[in-house]
Amino acid sequence: MKYSTKIAACAMTALLGSTSLVMADCADPVKIGVLHSLSGTMAISETTLKDTMLMLVDAQNKKGGVLGCEIEAVVVDPASDWPLFAEKGRELLSVNEVDVIFGSWTSVSRKSVLPVLEELNGLMFYPVQYEGEESSKNVFYTGAAPNQQAIPAVDYYLEELGVEKFALLGTDYVYPRTTNNILKSYLMSKGIAEEDIFVNYTPFGHSDWATIVGDVVALGEDGKQVGVISTINGDANIGFYKELAAADVSADDIPVVAFSVGEEELSGLDTTNLVGHLAAWNYFMSADTPANAEFIKTWQDFIGSTDRVTNDPMEAHYIGFNMWVNAVEQAGTTDVDAVRTAMYGQTFPNLTGGIAEMLPNHHLTKPVLIGEITADGQFDIISQTDPVAGDAWTDFLPESAVLTSDWKELGCGMYNTETKTCVQLTSNY
Amino acid sequence: MHKTFISQNPSVLWFIALLGLFTLAVTVGSEAFGTGLISTSMVKTLGKTLCLCLIAIAMDVVWGYCGILSLGHFAFFGIGGYAIGMWLMYARTEGIVLSSLSGQAIPSTAQEISDAIGNQIFGVVGSSDFPWLWAFADNLFLQLLMVVVVPGLLALVFGWLAFRSRVTGVYLSILTQAMTLALSLWLFQNDSGLRGNNGLSGLQNIPGFEGSSQAAISLAFFLGSALALALGYLLFAWVVSGKMGSVVQGIRDNEARVRFLGYRVEGYKLFIFTLTAVVSGIAGALYYPQAGIINPAELAPIASIYLAVWVAIGGRGRLYGAVIGAAFVSLLSSWFTGGGAPAIDLGFYTILWTDWWLVLLGVSFVCVTLFFPKGIGGLFDYLVRKPS
Amino acid sequence: MLRQFLTIFIWLGLAGMTFAQDLQPVLQTHADEIAKPSRSSVSVALDDLVASGAPKTSDFLEQWQDKGVWQRDADGVFFFATEDGDALTLRDIDTVAETTAPKAGFSQLKPNGGVRRLIGTALVQFQLTDPDLARRTSAIESIARRPNASQLAPLLKSIDPETDATLKARKIQLANFMSASFAPDTDDKIAAINSMSSDTSIEARAALNQLLSVKAVVSPDAPKGNVARVLKLGPDLSQDDAYAQLVAAKLAPPTVSPAAIRDALTANIDGGRVGGIPTAQLDNQPMRETAYAALAGQGIVPPLVTQAEQTNAVETHSFYEVYDEKDPAVTDAARAALDSIETRVGAAQAVDLTLDALSLASIYFLAAIGLAITFGVMGVINMAHGEFIMMGAYTGYVVQQFVPDYTLSIIVALPLAFAVTFAAGVAMERLVIRHLYHRPLETLLATFGISVALQQLAKNIFGTQARPLTSPGWLDGAWVVSDVIQISYIRIAIFVIALMFLALILFVLKRTRLGLEVRAVTQNPGMAASMGINPDRINMLTFGLGSGIAGIAGVAIGLYAKVTSEMGADYIVQSFMTVVVGGVGNVWGTLAGASLIGFLQKGIEWFNPSNTLAAQTYMVLFIILFIQFRPKGIVAQKGRAAAD
Repeated sequence: MKYSTKIAACAMTALLGSTSLVMADCADPVKIGVLHSLSGTMAISETTLKDTMLMLVDAQNKKGGVLGCEIEAVVVDPASDWPLFAEKGRELLSVNEVDVIFGSWTSVSRKSVLPVLEELNGLMFYPVQYEGEESSKNVFYTGAAPNQQAIPAVDYYLEELGVEKFALLGTDYVYPRTTNNILKSYLMSKGIAEEDIFVNYTPFGHSDWATIVGDVVALGEDGKQVGVISTINGDANIGFYKELAAADVSADDIPVVAFSVGEEELSGLDTTNLVGHLAAWNYFMSADTPANAEFIKTWQDFIGSTDRVTNDPMEAHYIGFNMWVNAVEQAGTTDVDAVRTAMYGQTFPNLTGGIAEMLPNHHLTKPVLIGEITADGQFDIISQTDPVAGDAWTDFLPESAVLTSDWKELGCGMYNTETKTCVQLTSNY
Repeated sequence: MHKTFISQNPSVLWFIALLGLFTLAVTVGSEAFGTGLISTSMVKTLGKTLCLCLIAIAMDVVWGYCGILSLGHFAFFGIGGYAIGMWLMYARTEGIVLSSLSGQAIPSTAQEISDAIGNQIFGVVGSSDFPWLWAFADNLFLQLLMVVVVPGLLALVFGWLAFRSRVTGVYLSILTQAMTLALSLWLFQNDSGLRGNNGLSGLQNIPGFEGSSQAAISLAFFLGSALALALGYLLFAWVVSGKMGSVVQGIRDNEARVRFLGYRVEGYKLFIFTLTAVVSGIAGALYYPQAGIINPAELAPIASIYLAVWVAIGGRGRLYGAVIGAAFVSLLSSWFTGGGAPAIDLGFYTILWTDWWLVLLGVSFVCVTLFFPKGIGGLFDYLVRKPS
Repeated sequence: MLRQFLTIFIWLGLAGMTFAQDLQPVLQTHADEIAKPSRSSVSVALDDLVASGAPKTSDFLEQWQDKGVWQRDADGVFFFATEDGDALTLRDIDTVAETTAPKAGFSQLKPNGGVRRLIGTALVQFQLTDPDLARRTSAIESIARRPNASQLAPLLKSIDPETDATLKARKIQLANFMSASFAPDTDDKIAAINSMSSDTSIEARAALNQLLSVKAVVSPDAPKGNVARVLKLGPDLSQDDAYAQLVAAKLAPPTVSPAAIRDALTANIDGGRVGGIPTAQLDNQPMRETAYAALAGQGIVPPLVTQAEQTNAVETHSFYEVYDEKDPAVTDAARAALDSIETRVGAAQAVDLTLDALSLASIYFLAAIGLAITFGVMGVINMAHGEFIMMGAYTGYVVQQFVPDYTLSIIVALPLAFAVTFAAGVAMERLVIRHLYHRPLETLLATFGISVALQQLAKNIFGTQARPLTSPGWLDGAWVVSDVIQISYIRIAIFVIALMFLALILFVLKRTRLGLEVRAVTQNPGMAASMGINPDRINMLTFGLGSGIAGIAGVAIGLYAKVTSEMGADYIVQSFMTVVVGGVGNVWGTLAGASLIGFLQKGIEWFNPSNTLAAQTYMVLFIILFIQFRPKGIVAQKGRAAAD
């Protein structure tokens, strides 16, 4: 209650524009839109990102804003209602006239706002790992593409853990569906037989996991090493991990690697029985770098609680926001086309070490980290790759293997390299 | 006959006149007209609100007049949206695919075109085959027919089963809720062929009007919605007046007595249920091209409960009450969640309306039910006190 | 001769020297591999470490496995170390001399799961006969995870000296599984296999399945080798698949796909024509094939493979599977053993499914029983019932913030949750529902408003993150009957709580004064009032009771699933259906409804295990149809009370 009051106060300051630092020569204030759900089912994840944005704006204003102007954050609440993302997005761009939007979590919310962004030539930074198969001129994808999270994790399974039989468990929506499709095709190209890949989809918020965990354990009956790849979303994970722990499935016998479970999700459960299970991300709070320590401290000071954790999408916003600020400074304007051009090749240090670079396909180069869950709800990083370049169109599905995205040279996000034509200039929503 | 109907219901004239004035004002103020006093996003919001008003009067007829508390009318609304959405998506994608295939050295076969469209539409959800549901998606006329036929048939079958078994009252409410839950769960599945959780998107881009601006398209839809609302209002006002209306309201007040009087209660209920379902479908077909996306969450039971709440707040048993309720609550809700409402600083705590709006809304439902069972519309009774 | 003798002598000497050798130099020769090990390459280093014979080898391996080894960044020297805030307590690998140093200059070695498993295997030889029981157990676990032939002999040898009875039994079982695969003598193998024929454990099935591993063979000749089965075209193998196998085995020319035809045609356009056909006419498959055939006739492209050629090719080859194991006696025995196991597994699965269904039914029952009282007995539709469940769960969470002992906190939380939601229920009844008894549909709206407000209020207070509600340690784990039949203790606890509440409510309603009065008020409030019963008080208490039980259900549900502000919404529709399907106004009806829904859902899931969502959809559809045909539910009320 106490810290939410504080956030509220901060939000107000950001909304109204604090008077302390207002630049005298700034006729046109720089506005950024924050399009994250603050109510409804996705509020659980997205509220944190809204706070992250307010924190970043706050920090940037202390450094003097951008182009000599104070940055003003316009926060709206699309309420986890997908059509509202389009409506609020349009409002942000045409009524509030923001220069850039940071927002969305679910793929469907992104697909909802995409047509509006493309119609009004807006600019959005999307901070969450997603399924790829999309490229929009107006969106920068600062989260991981499948080849920056799913594929390296599967490689780790195949090479390091020697997994021979896969259970792909996911929530029934587009990210798990597409990711699992890509993984299935990838695994088959690696010589895993189709009958050794078990796929299951459950509804959002599923809580009855006993049968499914039982099915997974039973996969071991032909003596092959079983591994679980989980794209289970949100709070359904809590029931899943509780059931895993109850069934005493140890990470040594059946490892589980999750793509949607971060520090935030683990804070909802007791992890002592889950030690050793895995997650793959581009960032873990436990990364031992000075930049990360600084980031965590700023965050916990801002939110007013040392219990609050940081996670991967927060880092994505951190990188995205700083790159945008640098691009604006470089372009000397907040004009969308100028900023977009300035974004290509923009670099910024990752919190986990190394440098992130914005590619012409609107994705970042990012290192892939694999962490083991520890008893205190954190991840112990046991593998960190060199930065991997994000790929909008996966190489492991025949239809998209021939596609490439290059907004800088080709000016096309869906370019067919076989027929040498641009399939479409808008994105496929 | 028509003259008497209008003269019996002066409120109908008033309503049509006010709606006309409102439409005119919005048109003149819109960006498409040139003045730009009202932003395109506002025009879209208003247009969507008109569609919500249309389904609200349908809800009012089925609940306020006929006494069936349906908690599933948003299912019909959603079906209408999906039906039109399939054509919009198909036609838009077909355009993209044909233009990208036109550069090929060899003309494409029908199979190749269909595969490419399928891949474009369903590739996102990891499939590329056209499900049988999309058999008529290439034909606007047939899909428009679906907007009416599918909700109508579903309502007919569902209503026939339910009314025949004399499921009434709360049971019927829960049954209708189960219907919309089943439908949304089914749509949530990727295998059902309507793109699962992603639903159909990009519906605001109307094929054939690629050159038109969204300002013009949204104004056109706004006008269409206004017309539909006016026609719907007339239709329902006519239905609930006269003998038909008396029987229907009799069923609401005491079903058994009406049955004893020799009326075929089930037939009347079924007619009202199906008719309102069809109108809901049309409202949905107008709503979703303005919203831009339809997905299964739209059909979740909670949406239909909200619909009942709008009607209750507006005032049941009077058509304009439903319109007031739907417009008032949905616009207020959009104002509060949009950050438009000023935060209240209590010194020790700041009330942010994005956090507290739902609490306020919930408490006001309770207050309205307890203290104003006639809703906002009831206020008119005080203002326009009839002599008799 | 002398020379040979000398060589041997030097060898022995060297061996003696390595025995006395320190471990650190060996580690340093593999420093990179040990600091950043990979499963595929670490074996070399492991073999060397073991071969070194240094006394600290097993200590090192254990510490390494437990992430207890650190490397000094400056010179790459390894240490055993324990973290102590920002400092490290270092122990020298060989001398065990203790020092401390700041953590900054050191990196922890974090071998991944695959490497840890290999380390475990390397440790087996040290641990198998270790006096410490925990070490022996871990050695056995390592063997079980990666059985290989070389471990069989040491394992057999270690059985007799084993003192711990449980571990001994485990060793015998494991030795048996391994004999089935690795025993040098066929009779031993078959004996081991036969002894497994009633063992439903996954390990037994794994061992047998590995013996029965097959590979697919396609050949122009008749089947030969230890044939598992011959595939028949049609039932076992479609013609397309069969032909694809032929192509893969290079026994037939590949078919030409439509895409390949298009590409070939595109590549051979000659003056607007391909194979003499104008390109504009190539917008259908038959025309394209004609053009392609023309090209093939000129020898430019490989010819099309016709359907008849494919059929012919497939028919002249045999498709079959052969066992990797050469000896038919062994495979026959394994097949027989596995068949007998599978019958048992089938039965066990049915039992397991029943347990799961019982558990699900008890959860539905617990969530719905409060509603059965308020809705069923009083006729009040409480849409905020789910939020009472949520309030109960949050009460549990808050209690755990103050009472750190999990057992105690649950004991405190259960009655407290009851008290909190009882109070909330009474307050709601007094303030809202009392005024709406004659307008049931409007209670629905009013309570829905309360539900919306409470949900958002919970969000404002507790935030949107899921909150932990941790069960006490003695409820961790599962009751394991066999590898197939098991159920977690927490689910058993929920089942027991559900039974207790069933008994309690039946007792209250049937055997107490309150219950009598409740029934009286339900049946005829006016008459009850004239008999001196205060209907207001009874309604209030009944509502409080129903809400209080929802609170306890909340704690139970929070323990096995999650605590969020939206958890109530997940159960409300389900609960209404449970009550309606079961039959309103009857606790037994609710029980029947919950059982029907629970068993049905598990049954549908069993038919389609990969799509849980479909199971839920079909279940709701079934409920709709069920109510249509039996509107009063399973246990229908009779007589006057049944009238609306």
